[in-house]
Amino acid sequence: MNEALLRELTPSVLGVLVRRGADFAAAEDAVQDALVEAVRSWPSDPPRDPKGWLVTVAWRRFLDAARSDAARRRREFPPEEPPPVPETDDTLQLYFLCAHPSLTPSSAVALTLRAVGGLTTRQIAQAYLVPEATMAQRISRAKRTVSAVRFDRPGDVGTVLRVLYLVFNEGYSGDVDLAAEAIRLTRALRRAVDHPEVDGLLALMLLHHARRAARTTSDGSLVPLAAQDRARWDTALIAEGVEILQGALTSDRLGEFQAQAAIAALHADAPTAEETDWVQIVEWYDELTRLTDSPVVRLNRAVAVGEADGPRAGLAALAQVDATVPRFAAVEAHLRERSGDLTTAARLYAEAAAKAPNLPERDHLLRQAARLNNRRPDG
Amino acid sequence: MAKYLLLKHYRGAPAPVNDVPMDQWTPEEVTAHVRFMKEWEARAQAAGEFVDVGVLAPEGTFVRYDGEGRPPVTDGPFAETKDLIAGFYVIDVDSYARALELAGDLSAAPGQGGEPIHEWLELRPYYGAPTTINE
Repeated sequence: MNEALLRELTPSVLGVLVRRGADFAAAEDAVQDALVEAVRSWPSDPPRDPKGWLVTVAWRRFLDAARSDAARRRREFPPEEPPPVPETDDTLQLYFLCAHPSLTPSSAVALTLRAVGGLTTRQIAQAYLVPEATMAQRISRAKRTVSAVRFDRPGDVGTVLRVLYLVFNEGYSGDVDLAAEAIRLTRALRRAVDHPEVDGLLALMLLHHARRAARTTSDGSLVPLAAQDRARWDTALIAEGVEILQGALTSDRLGEFQAQAAIAALHADAPTAEETDWVQIVEWYDELTRLTDSPVVRLNRAVAVGEADGPRAGLAALAQVDATVPRFAAVEAHLRERSGDLTTAARLYAEAAAKAPNLPERDHLLRQAARLNNRRPDG
Repeated sequence: MAKYLLLKHYRGAPAPVNDVPMDQWTPEEVTAHVRFMKEWEARAQAAGEFVDVGVLAPEGTFVRYDGEGRPPVTDGPFAETKDLIAGFYVIDVDSYARALELAGDLSAAPGQGGEPIHEWLELRPYYGAPTTINE
């Protein structure tokens, strides 16, 4: 029994049922039934066309369930003889549905992992560190929300990409690697739609994922980019990310994911931290600022300016940034330290630690503050 | 997708409006209060936002290492959480605004006379999961 194959087929089978007019929640139940049936019967009787088999069985289950409902509802359902399985990829519609703007971000993420990713509710709950009952409720509410959504209108690729990026950025806990899952789903999306920002997001994910092993020590402590052991970066993933990015850039339809991937590529491309092309990185941040005008981007740009033109220029760039942006104090601390103002830097590192969004980051910033507070007077 | 601890305080904050100890309520008022808490919990559960609840017994002991062979300190001139904290909820919500909304709802639990007790709830964010990207 090939579980990976079943998971690959799940979204397109679900897509077919919904396209034929099945209610989303009922379709999902029917597909789950068909999967259980497949696990039972395929080992002794493997189908020639696994997807066709699943669609047939799931559709029959759906009709059975529908028939057992009230006669009033029965009349509303399409004829029993289903149209042949179309060759078009219904998976794309499913991505749009699961990322529908009527859903909250956490609901969209959960539904995407369930319906498109084929993960179990338990796996998703573990990944997000909430009880299984809570995740089950989140998913069933999401299903109800999109049940009223018409399935024949094209959705917005940008919304889908934001949901996938949320999955990727959630970090990693539980036995499901959400970063790897986000990459898998983005690869599948890329097969279904030709859009440079899909390429941009996939490239960005691959380039970040390539550096993952070097980003933390075995005990979970954070290793800043400049201190990372570049030998531990995954060169195959970097090469793939760069190639996908270059293909996207030739389309001349720049978007924020392509610009972010370009910055990640410049980091990945540097043999040592000192050889990083910070001047080009600043130029990409200028593009990103133009595309998004996000304060987070402006903050990151100040870091890049500090590396390209020195800490004074970095502080000048920082002065243009809203000081309430997360990690502002951490960036200012770094720039103050490099400009020689160690007392202010130590105070700012401590302030940044108190505002850190997660423990590894807090511990890292506390160590920075402690390092400066314990320096010898002559050091 | 942010977790918060919702801490139910007895004291340590300005007195709630309906500040009558529970043992002075009528049994029906106690029942109404308990039902409200259960219903709040069920709503958070149905919204996919419920993580955990803990109702703490009114006992507490302070313990600390005081050197080899020395007894632990079991009381002291400290404010004790048994005086301050009745229990807690953990919620997982999309935004700080939503966390405020849920806490506000919970603070409206009925007390004596069926009127909201306006209880103070302390809302504290959890540290998040380390993001994949942090450089």
